[in-house]
Amino acid sequence: MMNDTEIDNTLTSVFRQVLEDDTIQLTPQTTAEDVEGWDSMNHIFIVVELEKRFGIKFQAAEMEELKNIGELASLVKEKLVKKA
Amino acid sequence: MHGIDLHWLPNDPRWAEHLAAVVSVDGMESPVWSQVVALARNRLSALQTIQLDRRRAKALPSAPPQLAGPPVRLAILGSSTVDHLAAGIRVGGLRRSIWIETYTPSYGQYAQELLDPSSGLHDFVPTSVLFALDGYHLLQGITPTATSEAVSATLNGIVDRLEAQWLTARRKFSAHIIQNVPLPVFLPLLGGNEHRLPGSQLTALRQFSALLRVRADAVGVDLVALDDRAVSDSLAAWHDPALWHRAKQEIHPQATALYGDLVARLVAANQGRASKCLVLDLDNTLWGGVIGDDGLAGIKLGQGSARGEAHLAFQHYARDLGRRGIILAVCSKNDEMNALEPFQSHPEMALKREDIACFVANWTDKASNLREIAKQLNIGLDSLVFADDNPAERAIIRRELPMVEVPELPEDPTFYASCIANAGFFEATRLTVEDVQRTQLYQQNVARDNLMADATDMNGYLHSLAMQAIWDRFDSVGRSRIVQLINKTNQFNLTTRRVTDAEIGRLIEDDSALTLQIRLLDQFGDNGIVAIVAGEADEATHTIHLVTWLMSCRVLGRGVESETLNLVALEAMRLGATRLVGRYIPSAKNGMVRDHYAKLGFSMLTEDVDGTTTWFMDLNNFEPRQTYITSKQA
Repeated sequence: MMNDTEIDNTLTSVFRQVLEDDTIQLTPQTTAEDVEGWDSMNHIFIVVELEKRFGIKFQAAEMEELKNIGELASLVKEKLVKKA
Repeated sequence: MHGIDLHWLPNDPRWAEHLAAVVSVDGMESPVWSQVVALARNRLSALQTIQLDRRRAKALPSAPPQLAGPPVRLAILGSSTVDHLAAGIRVGGLRRSIWIETYTPSYGQYAQELLDPSSGLHDFVPTSVLFALDGYHLLQGITPTATSEAVSATLNGIVDRLEAQWLTARRKFSAHIIQNVPLPVFLPLLGGNEHRLPGSQLTALRQFSALLRVRADAVGVDLVALDDRAVSDSLAAWHDPALWHRAKQEIHPQATALYGDLVARLVAANQGRASKCLVLDLDNTLWGGVIGDDGLAGIKLGQGSARGEAHLAFQHYARDLGRRGIILAVCSKNDEMNALEPFQSHPEMALKREDIACFVANWTDKASNLREIAKQLNIGLDSLVFADDNPAERAIIRRELPMVEVPELPEDPTFYASCIANAGFFEATRLTVEDVQRTQLYQQNVARDNLMADATDMNGYLHSLAMQAIWDRFDSVGRSRIVQLINKTNQFNLTTRRVTDAEIGRLIEDDSALTLQIRLLDQFGDNGIVAIVAGEADEATHTIHLVTWLMSCRVLGRGVESETLNLVALEAMRLGATRLVGRYIPSAKNGMVRDHYAKLGFSMLTEDVDGTTTWFMDLNNFEPRQTYITSKQA
């Protein structure tokens, strides 16, 4: 089971990989408006990549309710706990 | 088993590094195009596909001059989200050295844009139009309580409307039309006997897909058979209901690299750019073991072992490809006598010596042998697919002959055939009479009747016309008719350049000029002069500038354009030219020939603000285009 830092690092790595920008820094308060290129198209690829890396599956409604990276990290953690 | 990815392509371990090295360079000799083409010819994930597409867009925003074929402008018309499909299609084009630009109408607007002459779609002027309509959209109005008759009537109405849209797109843009067969996304209401409920969406979609195939054939529309892919790759790999709910994506983002490749295959096939020949290694490819060491009794082939059965199944697949017109060749490191022995004496061999058009077994390196095979068969190296179990041989060929397709065969011979099938090297949209004749030529002991029946009606029709082109240079006999045609032809006239009788008189005397008048005969009689071409020679650059190209509209669609090009090229080469340069000057009436040179394989040189375009063709690599017309000089 990953710890919080590992989850955060994986999140950052996925965002950097999909958006091809190694300068991306994520904080719990980061939203889509704060990250250049994080549009609806790239969002889908971010989700698909996260599902692949963490071995989890998001439900349709869950993603719509997320407000920022902090909530995304919590959701990932919740799912990893359930899986473990 | 294969996954839903481009499993037949190799993995460059330094792909990311090579991607990062792609940077924009100014000038004609820019290496960016060949770099991105090479990167595209890897086993790319959907994400890598997008990364390559982005990098290409940055380093190479517009089509480079050294393209092999005409650039393609493809419009993706979707009833749901289709933006995520574009990158895969563009990269699928790259993989085939085809420049594809894409256009996607605003969400839900495709039907309106098709009709509205001021729409973005009309501004884009597509050369290909892809209808990517999902099953949810298409089958609206089908309910489980509907009777069989009502369902049939509804489905026929849907197909009628689709056909009207295809024809609209074709009429407005003269575009190549591609249609997705929708993914079977619906759930059963009965179960195994779902077909007993005609109003079930699952049943209705199956019926729709059958109707769609018939109609597409009748109209000449090419299909992307997503229903077949769902069977071979699993529906779950292609469609995720969660993504449908979240983003209205019918096609899973993970499937977009493969989807784009499927579309690009049709685009390439439409340009006549599919592979023609399957070159087979022998030891551990056609049979298990090494014939030179294990001997006839020792190799594994056919009944008795799973391995032998797997190799036999691969032979059956290769043989059937041969029967449908793919040339088969052998390239093996062996003594020829040993290599031939199984073909002559092994009772389980499905492939016979006479199935193989070119048999090369020696100890020369395989790159040289592949060159020799292409030469003997008189086809380009880029028409070859080389199937070899040995990863080292494959790597050498990829390095020495990057234009040869080299599938990454899996270790298990069970999946050799599906590896080659999934790669789509031999994607064909129609079986030509020429395919059948080639088959007859190489496989004379194979029954032919079934194949003839498979030729499409159009090809059979053209063949039955027995067309003959009688050509000559401009001469005094034809002089007045030539002047008349040049001065009155408005539609199929590239430059609408008018002439005087005296000018034609001077051309008749000028031996360095290219002049052609072409008369077409067919089984119904004489169609008169159907094509006039005139060109001026620039001896310094070995170029013929085509100043006049006009044709009779009556005979279009019969390959006369292609045959005229063949004659123009031959005559230009006789005059010592190595390049053709043509020009399209738009007039109020000649919009139908805007893409004339593109369709014939010319590359665009310039495009003026008034729409005038100039085009060139390198005659050094000229291959005559296939037609159903035989030509002779008057």
